[in-house]
Amino acid sequence: MLEQMTARLDFHGKALMLRSQRQQVLASNIANADTPGYVARDFDFAQALQKAAGANGTRATEGVAMTDARHLSLQGGPGSPKTDLAYTVQTQPSQDRNTVDLDRERANFVDNTVRYESTLRFINGHVKTMLSAITGQ
Amino acid sequence: MSMFSIFNVSGSAVSAQAQRLNVVASNLANADAVAGPDGQSYKARQVQFQTVPMGGPGSAGVKVQTVTESDQPGRRTYEPSHPSADGEGYVTHSNVNPVEEMVNMISASRSYQNNVEVMNTAKSLLLKTLQMGN
Repeated sequence: MLEQMTARLDFHGKALMLRSQRQQVLASNIANADTPGYVARDFDFAQALQKAAGANGTRATEGVAMTDARHLSLQGGPGSPKTDLAYTVQTQPSQDRNTVDLDRERANFVDNTVRYESTLRFINGHVKTMLSAITGQ
Repeated sequence: MSMFSIFNVSGSAVSAQAQRLNVVASNLANADAVAGPDGQSYKARQVQFQTVPMGGPGSAGVKVQTVTESDQPGRRTYEPSHPSADGEGYVTHSNVNPVEEMVNMISASRSYQNNVEVMNTAKSLLLKTLQMGN
């Protein structure tokens, strides 16, 4: 019963974790905008979220073998969803082999910020809905 | 919590850019210097940035790897009455190119601003996350 109530919250929680990870990757790109030889990184958010949300049990325990029936499942643990980091496509070649496009990174950063905040609002709205259902007022 | 490492990443970038600004400032200050502390003319300095991995696979900070000195020949002017003039009456100034340094300064200050902006955004997001459920 409780699981049904929190299932949607769980989804938004995963989305929030992925958003914060992407925020961090974008911050690294912006930080390294002047570093020679740095290759900008990013990941496909939609794909990562699908992976994290789609296969609930299998994703969370990836990399950890459960060899005994008494082993605790890692599902829902503090571990963050895994992301496949890729490299961004270079828009303009530069002499120092740096592939950061600062304008694009800034745009992505702002976009990610807004989406992070909207995910937060979804969570808050959901919590409010559940609270009002619990108190019955 | 991965959002907190943004402060490390952007903080390292801010300090690296501040060091770059520092080097630009000393280059510009010595643009007309005739002799440095060792008697030689001042050589323009330049920082070299390097990526530093910080925790996760996607988080990369910056540090100043080395400060290199330019080996361009210094600017020579004919001033026979100058106390530092050589036998032929030429004075060797520093090899700083002020135009280059100004460009470098603007670039460093923009990057600094960018990273401060990133930190501000991360801070406001984290504060909003703290109030989750309210």
